[in-house]
Amino acid sequence: MPDVIKTKTDATTDAIAPPAAGAPETAAEGHKSQGRPRSLWGDAWYDLRHRPMFWISSVLLLFLIIVAAFPGLFTSVDPRDGDLTNHFLTKPELGSFFQPDWFGYDGQGRSIYARVVYGTRASILVGVGVTAAVTLLGGLLGMLAGYFGGWLDSVISRITDIFFGIPFLLGAMVVLNAFTERKVYVVIFALAFLGWTSICRVMRSSVITAKQADYVTAARALGAGTRRILFRHVLPNAMAPTIVVATIALGGYISAEATLSFLGLGLADPTISWGIDIAQGSKDIRDNPHALFFPAGMLSLTVFAFIMLGDAVRDALDPKLR
Amino acid sequence: MTIIEETSSVPTPRQGDSDTTPLLEVRDLHVEFHTRDGVAKAVNGVNYSVASGETLAVLGESGSGKSVTAQAIMGILDMPPGSIPQGQILYRGQDMLTMSYEERRKIRGRKIAMIFQDALSSLNPVLSVGYQLGEMYRVHEGLSRKAAKTKAIELMERVNIPAAKARVNDYPHQFSGGMRQRIMIAMALALEPDLIIADEPTTALDVTVQAQVMDLLADLQSEFNMGLILITHDLGVVADVADKIAVMYAGRIVETAPVHELYKRPAHPYTRGLLDSIPRLDQKGQELYAIKGLPPNLLKIPAGCAFNPRCPRAQDICRTDVPVLEPVTEQDGTELPGRGSACHFWKETIHG
Repeated sequence: MPDVIKTKTDATTDAIAPPAAGAPETAAEGHKSQGRPRSLWGDAWYDLRHRPMFWISSVLLLFLIIVAAFPGLFTSVDPRDGDLTNHFLTKPELGSFFQPDWFGYDGQGRSIYARVVYGTRASILVGVGVTAAVTLLGGLLGMLAGYFGGWLDSVISRITDIFFGIPFLLGAMVVLNAFTERKVYVVIFALAFLGWTSICRVMRSSVITAKQADYVTAARALGAGTRRILFRHVLPNAMAPTIVVATIALGGYISAEATLSFLGLGLADPTISWGIDIAQGSKDIRDNPHALFFPAGMLSLTVFAFIMLGDAVRDALDPKLR
Repeated sequence: MTIIEETSSVPTPRQGDSDTTPLLEVRDLHVEFHTRDGVAKAVNGVNYSVASGETLAVLGESGSGKSVTAQAIMGILDMPPGSIPQGQILYRGQDMLTMSYEERRKIRGRKIAMIFQDALSSLNPVLSVGYQLGEMYRVHEGLSRKAAKTKAIELMERVNIPAAKARVNDYPHQFSGGMRQRIMIAMALALEPDLIIADEPTTALDVTVQAQVMDLLADLQSEFNMGLILITHDLGVVADVADKIAVMYAGRIVETAPVHELYKRPAHPYTRGLLDSIPRLDQKGQELYAIKGLPPNLLKIPAGCAFNPRCPRAQDICRTDVPVLEPVTEQDGTELPGRGSACHFWKETIHG
């Protein structure tokens, strides 16, 4: 009996060894023509580059960011400068591109075009600021809860549940009412304070999935410490869903800011915000729709651009959802 | 506990350290899993030892506790639900179970490394293999990123990966199964550990690649004079590489023997059943032998010998008394070094 086994295995070893040395070389040659090695993020970037949706939204967002950063480049008029005698609710002059009268004037004689341009900053700042804060806070809490589990998970998850139960806008109103100042950072704080829960849950669940992977066990068996496992092995594999949720939510935060400002609880004069202008424009919607239409249109366009970007990112990172 | 002395006194065919304490010794190890349905006893008093340069093959079917024992040694058992109610795991005479987390972590990778079964899922998909290999040097030896990459290329060359320099930045999915397993081996070898535990290193590979990988492992082992615990259910793989074999059944070692002795004259009905189940060329056309029944449910292991419901030799005593691992001797009483069998009827099995 042992002879049978012995000869059999020997035969396989001998017969196989020589071609095996050659076979992988062809594989290596084939690899060279393939070019740069492809990682998950590399693949996602490749995928993104081939999506018109990504390019449309990126160009739009880039433009909006430039407007937000340098509003002075696009208009020379002071958006707070009202001229009631000459410009009270003047109709838009759609032919005069980039001129103060392009979008007409509002009920206080201010250039709507200039106000739309200057209002971009508040919206972009709120959107990006809330998303960054929410991703950091929710991501960190979710990661800790998911990775360590046990009582830490229970505590964090229950806190998440409590915050999740607070109606978003209602809660934001209550928080904002506590502040006398209505600056951009106050609104960012109010929205981030209530908005981190969904990111926390998404991160928690993807960390739980990632930490059970064999490569995490393997890393532990090879002597990696907790911090290394968490940030090098678990986090990069658990990040994708969080990024997708954050990008899509960004548009939502911008409209939440506009909603709060519309209700008179978010930003307030003298800060310029599309939400404030929408509120003022909506008072005289029948005779002067332009005062409402232009800030509202810009808001929709911005939210649309962010959601489109989020969709493209989601499709690139999660091919299964296509 | 005559069993311990018996298993640890097995002569080593390949010359190891002259040190008298074995590299790794497992003593009376028990592992349990607390589940909703009760306590699953995965390992029930396992004893084995490995010396430098020696290969111990742990053989057994799924659920026999061979992988759980390895996980307990590495300290990667999920606790809870797992727990180790008793036993010792001695690395160079020090009990690893009583060490602090940091002490154990320093042993892992540097002194004892593990090769996993499924190389694809054991490599991180978002990091290049060069990064993952280099990580060993950066974490344990504090090398710079660049130096670590050079080391990674050296490692890949050592495990015969062609065009290592060109492939060092590739990701795991770009390698074939055999190549990935080589990378796993390279990773385990990186810091030249004293002991490598290979948990079914060839199961996910096809037969031709299996042979290459086993050869590579055996070469590297003799080059570095490492101890090797080879966990497998493949009797063919074992015959070539191992020095001694421990056969496990239902969380116990039922037979230990030097490798060729075991194939020649099994002293336990279970081992005999396993050997009879190997397809052989001279039995072409005949029905293949199979051990009747199923492995026992670990939640309720049969009383007496765990193998008794499936054993062709089972008598009343097998249903009441648990057999201990006794030294196996020749018919005239001459000792057979390194041999042991946990069967009430080992004499009849080996000599009858």
